[in-house]
Amino acid sequence: MIYLDNAGTTELSKSALDAMMPYLTREYGNASSLHSSGQRSKEALETAREDIAKCLNASPREIYFTSGGSESDNQAILSAAELGAKKNKKHIISSKFEHHAVLHTLKKLEKQGYKVTYLDVYENGIIHLDDLESAITEETCLVTIMFANNEIGTIQPIKEIGEICRKHGVLFHTDAVQAVGHINVDVKDQCIDMLSLSAHKFHGPKGIGVLYAKQGILLTNLIEGGAQERGRRGGTENIAGIVGMAQALKDAVKELDEVSKQETKLRDKLIESLGKIPHSSLNGDAKLRLSNNFNMCFEGIEGESLLLLLDDAGICASSGSACTSGSLDPSHVLLAIGRPHEVAHGSLRLTLSKYTTEEEIDYVIKKVPEVVEYLRKMSPVWDELEKGKKQHIL
Amino acid sequence: MLYSEKVMDHFRNPRNVGEMEDADGIGEVGNAKCGDIMRMYIKVKDNIITDVKFMTFGCGSAIATSSIATEMIKGKPINEALELSNKAVVEALGGLPAHKIHCSVLAEEAVKAAVKDYYEKHNIDYDKSLYCVGDCPCAHEHDHIEEE
Repeated sequence: MIYLDNAGTTELSKSALDAMMPYLTREYGNASSLHSSGQRSKEALETAREDIAKCLNASPREIYFTSGGSESDNQAILSAAELGAKKNKKHIISSKFEHHAVLHTLKKLEKQGYKVTYLDVYENGIIHLDDLESAITEETCLVTIMFANNEIGTIQPIKEIGEICRKHGVLFHTDAVQAVGHINVDVKDQCIDMLSLSAHKFHGPKGIGVLYAKQGILLTNLIEGGAQERGRRGGTENIAGIVGMAQALKDAVKELDEVSKQETKLRDKLIESLGKIPHSSLNGDAKLRLSNNFNMCFEGIEGESLLLLLDDAGICASSGSACTSGSLDPSHVLLAIGRPHEVAHGSLRLTLSKYTTEEEIDYVIKKVPEVVEYLRKMSPVWDELEKGKKQHIL
Repeated sequence: MLYSEKVMDHFRNPRNVGEMEDADGIGEVGNAKCGDIMRMYIKVKDNIITDVKFMTFGCGSAIATSSIATEMIKGKPINEALELSNKAVVEALGGLPAHKIHCSVLAEEAVKAAVKDYYEKHNIDYDKSLYCVGDCPCAHEHDHIEEE
């Protein structure tokens, strides 16, 4: 099996699993307990918190453990909204292609009377800073813009966004689920006030994540309960998950340069080779993107059938077609960068990891064109394009 | 698994796929915007559908439903082909996931559209009430999603 859906989730690394094992077996004490078993768990919890803080250049008391990226996004946005409301500031700025954990939270707030400006991401999938600056008003309480996009991998100018927000005294949250462990994140240097991350995107376990919130930001609880996470998130801590996440993040940060160099080489090989398929087009900026992200549209075919046939060929991939998203419309990300519906249905996302080899990429480069050609041969859309009855878009 | 073995078989080995140069009737339904288009070709002799071919742009179940629909009407009298229901297509495939039922609707409509084209090309009178007007598949899909 060739696994190229690492933006979906990643393989748990051996080192993360090894770090977790004691806490899944003999070290099961509750970190809130006074006995020594509980205190050993507590120690592991706080060591993990320190390690993760170091990776982000934050301080340990700014790290809140959550169930993952979605929860962190929800809590960050709802907290900023509540803080804003106290000062009668009910305007939020975001982008058109955020993750649904952000978009759906914003929709909820809109129903409660908040105003949200969704910045354009243009054809290359990157916001314009002057759009941001001119969208900020006296009422703006939050800017939430993702660090790197989960579908097309484009990276936003996070530091510049952070600086603009700081200049205007507006809180800045970034959904960095795809970025942490893959590109350098430094919350101080990049002027980030709140950040969401998820362990399973960098070879850690599922079901665990972090909300970083700068000291002084009062979080709104989503889960009431005990005094865990400084009273901001009730529930017995998932020590094994937290320890595994810390180990995976330390590894990812340590290996970052080397891994991203290898991924970039393989990604560019994919872009170059599969870009030779007639009437195809890369989605998102070719350079300002995650080193592991390839996303391309192929005209005249539909993504789900492409994925099923690639799966038959042993390749795990992903697509932004409506059929795979389980909704009527194709990916909102592809629509946001201006792809028409009919083209957006025919997208293919391949996301690499440190485990991806050149042999695997060579096999994919051989297989994808075969499958695209096969599907085009039975496609009435392709037939019309080829016979000149319709104009090619790509 | 998302699909039954029968669906995957028809998806992987579609029957009667391809273009038909000398078709007596051609029906095309669906909308590229929605992500599904089916085109069905029929050859008719003495009121019998002697040959069928299809071309489909769409997901796995769109390809599978068109494939099995061609098998179900090939060699049948036209009036029997017109009785092909989306339900029969779903049953023949051993079921479809709820959000894929619209593909079977599309297959039923593609058959009807091909017959309609045959009637019109050959100046044969037919019961116009059998046909919905315009592009229904998206509408059907919308209805369906709302039901869920």
